[in-house]
Amino acid sequence: MRALATLRIALRALLRNKMRTVLTMLGIIIGVAAVIAMVGIGNGAKSQIESQIASLGENVILVFSGNVTRGGVRSGWGGAGTLSIDDAGAIQREVPGVVSISPEVRSGAQVAAGNQNWSTQILGESPEYFDLRKWPIVEGADFSEQDVRSAGKVAVVGKTIVQQLYNGENAIGQIVRIKNVPFVIVGVLLAKGLSVQGQDQDDLIIIPYTSAMKRVQGVTMLRTINVQMAKPSLLNPGEQQIVELLRQRHRIVAGHDDDFTVRNQQEIADMATAQSKTMTLLLGAIAGVSLVVGGIGIMNIMLVSVTERTREIGIRMSVGARGRDILLQFLIEAVTLSAIGGLIGIGLGVATSQLLAARMHWPTLTSLSSVVVAFVFSAAIGIFFGFYPARKASQLDPIEALRYE
Amino acid sequence: MSAVIQLDDIHKTYHTGELDVHAVRGVSLEIHKGEFVAVMGASGSGKSTLMNILGCLDRPTDGRYFLDGVDVSELDRDQLADIRNKKIGFVFQGFNLLSRTSALENVELPMLYTHHHLSAHELRERAMRSLQIVSLADRADHHPSQLSGGQQQRVAIARALVNEPALLLADEPTGNLDSRTSVEIMGTLQKLNEEGITIVMVTHELDIARYTRRNVIMRDGKVVTDTLVAKRLNAEEELRRLQQAQEEVQLIP
Repeated sequence: MRALATLRIALRALLRNKMRTVLTMLGIIIGVAAVIAMVGIGNGAKSQIESQIASLGENVILVFSGNVTRGGVRSGWGGAGTLSIDDAGAIQREVPGVVSISPEVRSGAQVAAGNQNWSTQILGESPEYFDLRKWPIVEGADFSEQDVRSAGKVAVVGKTIVQQLYNGENAIGQIVRIKNVPFVIVGVLLAKGLSVQGQDQDDLIIIPYTSAMKRVQGVTMLRTINVQMAKPSLLNPGEQQIVELLRQRHRIVAGHDDDFTVRNQQEIADMATAQSKTMTLLLGAIAGVSLVVGGIGIMNIMLVSVTERTREIGIRMSVGARGRDILLQFLIEAVTLSAIGGLIGIGLGVATSQLLAARMHWPTLTSLSSVVVAFVFSAAIGIFFGFYPARKASQLDPIEALRYE
Repeated sequence: MSAVIQLDDIHKTYHTGELDVHAVRGVSLEIHKGEFVAVMGASGSGKSTLMNILGCLDRPTDGRYFLDGVDVSELDRDQLADIRNKKIGFVFQGFNLLSRTSALENVELPMLYTHHHLSAHELRERAMRSLQIVSLADRADHHPSQLSGGQQQRVAIARALVNEPALLLADEPTGNLDSRTSVEIMGTLQKLNEEGITIVMVTHELDIARYTRRNVIMRDGKVVTDTLVAKRLNAEEELRRLQQAQEEVQLIP
């Protein structure tokens, strides 16, 4: 019953000094808002990375051509061109559980249509690629196996190409010149938008890999082979078998390094999530520091408040307040400060993440758990940083306190 | 008559550094219900220390103190707080009201620390009744800064009375007031005393002490004289006399 009265006393004291109350709360408000917004940004990035990994397709193994070192200069993955079309065929034939396969080459090229031109990525793939990557064609159709066999001059383009070369108008049946070779556009891909790294994923042209090798790049080796397995449990054994098969085909003796690299989707996903987790943790930690600083602000103000109100404490004690009543009063003041600050901070944090999502198109994701954690944490900060000043107040000697000027 | 206060050979020694200060050296005193006692003495005579002990703000180093029949000399901090809450009403020289808090809320304060719970309505009602006793019910919403010194002291008296204590302790209650307001406050205290409230007051002003019934004079931590007041002043008459004198010199219309 006395607790209720104490609560009322504490609230009155806070209302009596509104400006100070608001300024003290500001530390906690900013801290909590920062935690929620930062964790929201981190989580948003994580979920976008996850969905991007998923857009690689299900149960996909990627085989990259090895790198090569020439005169001390190392090329990137695929630079050596160690994978052949026959390797791709062998994988499809000999590795059990392979559903589909898409040999891949890629290069940058200047493309032109009418009086427009544009620099873009050219991907050479098989028609299975669209299925394997779960990338539907929204207009027209994909090219066929026949086009692959005949190195047909057909192309599927991304949305950006349609925008840049054809002003967003119907592109199906139009001609696009890739390195002066005319290709007929047969399909337009579904728009994917920007990647987490800010890359335009729709800025590309996909043509049969045979056409890309012969007509555009003039190469004979593949850069990557995309392999899709029937089920997730086949990913690891599949990877093993691909490694064995390719070592055998490339005649690599035991003890020598592979001239290719195999990655499965799970590994890539794990890597990416680990990275984004680290980022979320880092952002949260930085924001957490500001929350602690806010807590110290509360302690500071409460200590000043105890000194300033020494006489008030003396008066309260002289009319019968026990030490515990005084302790509770100051503790409740501190917790109320931080809890109300926490609530406002939650509102501000959620609003900030929404604003970032709406205005800057950052993917943010505010989870209930981060809201609850931030609130509980801010209340705990109130107790932790409020306890010392409150205890100090409760241990004052009533005579000294009454005499205090 | 039952003793409200019974002091048996009270000693109080402060240890400050190497020096022991013997502030109270063996005071025995009995104060009965309905008495109005002035404790007097020069500064350093030990009267403030005695007052703190009487008010249960401090404990004697030696001796026994019975307040309203209860031995309070051995109680701990919390128990003393409860005694102060229930049995003692304080009136201070500097009023000691909470600033930026209305007169009514100031009077409610002791009830907030009382064990049995009172509803907000009861709190208000009792506080109002207490303010009526000191004729300040019409100023219940005023903050201390909006009240005169005499009015503030009367709010403090109302606060001291609100828990119906056995003892009203006044520490130089007129020390911060002009002579006319001092007489008014003494009038209030006299009226309360006539209604049966026991009052112990510390003062160093002789003329103020003459409004009480009994004067206890201390020196060097001991009681040197303890006498009944022969020609007790009546505050109402004094006020009337003061009024006339002031009218004569046209200080007031």
